[in-house]
Amino acid sequence: MKRTGLILLVLLTGFSVQAQDLLDLLEEQQEEPVNYTFATFKTTRLINGHSVETNSEKELLFLISHRFGRVDGGAAEFFGLDNATIRLGLEYGITDRLGVGVGRSSFEKLYDGFIKYKVLQQKSGAEKFPFTVTLFTSAAIKTVDWPEPERENYFSSRMYYTFQALIARKFSEGFSLQLSPTLVHRNLVDSVKDANDVFSLGIGARQKLTNSLSVNAEYYYIFPGQIESLLNGEKVENSLSLGLDLETGGHVFQVHFTNSRGMIEKLFATETTGSWLDGEIHFGFNISRVFSLGSPEGSGDSGKGSKKKTETTSDAYSQPSSN
Amino acid sequence: MKKILFLALLTLSIQGLHAQNRWFTKEGTIVFLSKTPMEDIEGKNYQVTSLVDFSNNDMAFSLLMKGFQFEKALMEEHFNEKYVESEKFPKATFEGKFVCSQPIVPTMAGEHKVTVRGKLTIHGVTRDVETPGTFKADGKGLMTGTATFTVKTADYDIKIPSVVRENIAESINITVKMDYKAM
Repeated sequence: MKRTGLILLVLLTGFSVQAQDLLDLLEEQQEEPVNYTFATFKTTRLINGHSVETNSEKELLFLISHRFGRVDGGAAEFFGLDNATIRLGLEYGITDRLGVGVGRSSFEKLYDGFIKYKVLQQKSGAEKFPFTVTLFTSAAIKTVDWPEPERENYFSSRMYYTFQALIARKFSEGFSLQLSPTLVHRNLVDSVKDANDVFSLGIGARQKLTNSLSVNAEYYYIFPGQIESLLNGEKVENSLSLGLDLETGGHVFQVHFTNSRGMIEKLFATETTGSWLDGEIHFGFNISRVFSLGSPEGSGDSGKGSKKKTETTSDAYSQPSSN
Repeated sequence: MKKILFLALLTLSIQGLHAQNRWFTKEGTIVFLSKTPMEDIEGKNYQVTSLVDFSNNDMAFSLLMKGFQFEKALMEEHFNEKYVESEKFPKATFEGKFVCSQPIVPTMAGEHKVTVRGKLTIHGVTRDVETPGTFKADGKGLMTGTATFTVKTADYDIKIPSVVRENIAESINITVKMDYKAM
């Protein structure tokens, strides 16, 4: 009889536990979702170079980038602030993964255009993949007057091409790391000692300090023996940049110190001449602003289920007036 | 021994009966709205799972924060990364009971006003909430539960930076609509 009582007790306990844990029962019904990693970096640039991030579908990004002169110019040059180069850029997300962009740099009067495609996406949960891969290619035209107009100059000599595979992993909520194998092709080089194809490896990282602030670093290592000529009497250096990202609403402000003067690959991955050790660094900033040109349609690659369309009243999130 | 078996069977059958009073959905809708003079921000989640037990008036809800959809991708990113921190706190849950003046027979058509009380967990913070709600049965196997209530972001330790304080409301309206089917 004792045993009967015990078994009864066990059964009854089991019964009451089942009744209580409705939430546990509910969670058992839930399927594990695919968790796509988002916000590996705050914006489409790490500092000078591109990050794996692309603009979302129908999002337009306006990017203003400034690099001042070298800080070692001292007080006479107001630590470089007297002398600025600027790049104005527009980027657009055709889909959540495919983006295009154009830009114009005051330095060498360069125009550039690029295509960027997120091939693979880091994900966890029901499907797993360890990193994100974005392919990037750009073409740039130098439109500054020929330095030697008397010789025969070809239009093709104005062209520069860049190919990059951007590979990044968000290791934790705060820390992301990117590797960027890079090839810059230059149609015209200074001498036969200089390679037309310059291979380099970019390494970049960001560490979040708060949810809106992060510190970034970026280094482009040019494999040796490719660039022998001096550029305006200076040796070509590897590009090293350190900066902060601050995000407020639709804006991202990036401030940094870098030994590169240019803001496109051709300039920073083959023509950086500043030396950090000699104080030949530039203060600079990027300001980006996102505008939404419409709601994204379909679930895209965000791994979500049914998406019901309903009227929305919100419109101001990306309007400048909202800040 | 026979007696034990009998008791065991009896208990199991009671459990079986019990389970028949459970109504379930995994495609429930929860919409939140942050309304300010600057802008309205709306997040919609169409994959809310919920269980209601009409035998003892227990109810439970669970949703994935990343399941909220927004008009703009940037809103979604900020919501997940900066405000509710979905990587750290992937789920929001509710566990509680409802009170009704008379017992609800979910298979019979009718509308019932109820009061729901329980514990709502968002962003890792659990708070007691109470809200009026409605159960409406169509008598053909569909039971619709609806409720509207308000939560304060500060109660759930959701920090809104000062630069966007004018764009994000302190009190968020939450609308719940669940189409339950018998389990």
